[in-house]
Amino acid sequence: MNYLRIKNGSAISLYKLPSHTYNDWAMEALRLLKEEYFHCASYFAVRSSADDFSLILVLADDLNQDVIVLSSSIKGPTPIKLKSLTPQIPALHLFEREIMEEFPIVFEGHPWPKPVRFSFNRCNHNDSIIDYPFYTIESEQLHSVGVGPVHAGIIEPGHFRFTCDGENVLHLEIQLGWQHRGVEYLMANKDNGLQRSILAESIAGDSAIEHATAWAMVAEALSEQKVSNQLAIERSIAQELERLAIHTGDIAALCTDVAYHLGANVFGILRTGIINFLQAWCGNRLGKSLIRPGGTYFRLSKDLRERLKLVLADYERRFIPLSHLTYKLPSVQNRFDNIGVVTTQQARELGLVGMAARMTGLGRDIRKSHPYAGYIGSSPEFITLPKGDVFARFLLRRKEIKASLSWIRHILDTFPFDDSFMEQPSPQTLKFQSSQLAVSLTEGWRGEVCHVALTDENGKIFRYKIKDPSFHNWKALELSLRNLEISDFPINNKSYNLSYCGFDL
Amino acid sequence: MLKELKILLQNGKQFIPNLRKAEIPLPWRGRPSISGARVDEEALAAICPTGAITVKPLTLDMGRCTFCGECALAFPEKITFTNNINIYSNKRENLLIREGEQRNNLFEPAAVRPEIRTLFKKSLKLRQVSAGGDNSAEWELNACGNANFDMHRYGIEFVASPRHADGVVITGPITSNMAEALRITFEATPAPKIIVLAGVDAISGGIFTGSPALHRSFLDEHPVDLYIPGNPPHPLVIINALLDLSGRK
Repeated sequence: MNYLRIKNGSAISLYKLPSHTYNDWAMEALRLLKEEYFHCASYFAVRSSADDFSLILVLADDLNQDVIVLSSSIKGPTPIKLKSLTPQIPALHLFEREIMEEFPIVFEGHPWPKPVRFSFNRCNHNDSIIDYPFYTIESEQLHSVGVGPVHAGIIEPGHFRFTCDGENVLHLEIQLGWQHRGVEYLMANKDNGLQRSILAESIAGDSAIEHATAWAMVAEALSEQKVSNQLAIERSIAQELERLAIHTGDIAALCTDVAYHLGANVFGILRTGIINFLQAWCGNRLGKSLIRPGGTYFRLSKDLRERLKLVLADYERRFIPLSHLTYKLPSVQNRFDNIGVVTTQQARELGLVGMAARMTGLGRDIRKSHPYAGYIGSSPEFITLPKGDVFARFLLRRKEIKASLSWIRHILDTFPFDDSFMEQPSPQTLKFQSSQLAVSLTEGWRGEVCHVALTDENGKIFRYKIKDPSFHNWKALELSLRNLEISDFPINNKSYNLSYCGFDL
Repeated sequence: MLKELKILLQNGKQFIPNLRKAEIPLPWRGRPSISGARVDEEALAAICPTGAITVKPLTLDMGRCTFCGECALAFPEKITFTNNINIYSNKRENLLIREGEQRNNLFEPAAVRPEIRTLFKKSLKLRQVSAGGDNSAEWELNACGNANFDMHRYGIEFVASPRHADGVVITGPITSNMAEALRITFEATPAPKIIVLAGVDAISGGIFTGSPALHRSFLDEHPVDLYIPGNPPHPLVIINALLDLSGRK
């Protein structure tokens, strides 16, 4: 069968996209997704006219470093009824739900056909977010506990519904959508590339760099721009600094939840050093305004590089002994070990990505499998752990911090930086090729981000699809909690630190 | 035990002693300053991704500004971003910075409701509500309590329940899906109570302005006591703003 193979961060003409009937397309999708090295990076619908739709499936081929685009055109009358693929490939369940929510398409045989985020453009406006149909089990012995959307802390909103037998959690269902701001709609409808850059940085503020990079790669592919190796390297250094900062903050949060105050405070201040460096680089502690399509206003100058070496040395000197102490502490081990286990099998079935996949032994890392920006040629050490519990999520962060540190150092020492060189971005005047589809994949600290943009015959973006790693990974948190107590929820939640706004868009 | 002591010693004192006098180094972008230089003002205004700049006279609305700095990069002779942290106010109109303006404090103590000063001066407990926030303003609000900034030293704290709070801090552009939860949280807070808007998204909608997924009528119905600009606001700005509001030196 016909499908297109492209590389991460490239565009193809929409006319070259082979279009199949749904049945042929579905057979091919199932055949590919049964291979271990394929996973679904994005799957969405595009409306061509009132009753005409295309389904576009973006698969990551980890073995050949390719992105595969499969498309199918389907015609009304609406509602269009199609056979659900979720029973065979559970990883597609949320994508199919999302399509059902936003388009007059019904996937028959879908085992869990519920709303995803009550988006403003949903087909069914009879229900609002407070009408979510939670899974219930009728029994006098059971009780349910509802938490949220507003939580006891400075945190984004989500609703958690626990079904419990005594102290045991039988089932947890997480309802999201509260943060829905219409980002995909805005990405398609904004006037220029600068507005889209600012928007991309706000998809998930704690992952500003990876989303802004994904948008920049899409914009560069659509406008046929090539960026220099130096800019690519600088983007990846920023990406690794974000990873260092957030992983450190997450370890601090884990320490808070097990009442280990030394760890909570010291890891917290260690993060400050890294984000203050980002501020010295671009003026913003989260790296907002650093990444722009085609160039940057903020070069990593010689002064900054020297300063970064000192910042990293100071960080490492303080991080290593404390992380070792935390690792060895019996009271910490006792609360982390064997809590919230997710198996490799579950991770594969749910299509987990990034850290949540690697901590179960499932080796998914876009930096390695679909190298982009500064990761072409060398990338930080690829780490997987077998156990899939809270301890693994702590340990993976610790190991990834060390790997990022040594990769940044290696780059700073070996890359021939040219300080006279300047690539000015021009986000306001970007001109896109007409009738194209561009795909980009980036590996943030949470995992794989996928942006897909489609342009019309005038070179205007008419569909923009964003997938944050949290879209796959929230399900892992639900599974983690089975047969634990509700009191184990906070530590499990922190150990994933998933994004609400990245999911809700 | 010895290992713990060694770590404490190694990390030393990390807190910022005087948060009132602490500075944020450039290139952090704080208060913009607009000169009298003659430039193509229409072209300058057209750069702004959120429409924060208007002409005749050239005015920058910090309540709409994402502090991306693009205007200052294109017209450095006209706009510069200084590291002045005085960018917050209790009056929305004070966030408008006009050409040639020299005021330092935008905050007007005389306009603060008297009960805020008498009740919350030494203890201010706040409930945070993220209503479509992108987790950056939330992140910086959390950072206010870390060992560096240690906002708790002033008796200002974030609490778990609105019942324990003296007001709400809103982040995010207020989504339709969160509008009701925000209203309920605010109603559950005992009066007298304050409303603080933290970050550009909360103040004006920011880059999300015009999105069909927002519902901002809460702000039409309730007066706001404090506006803290930024994308996200820096912890030092947040803390100084709260100190000014509660009347602390």
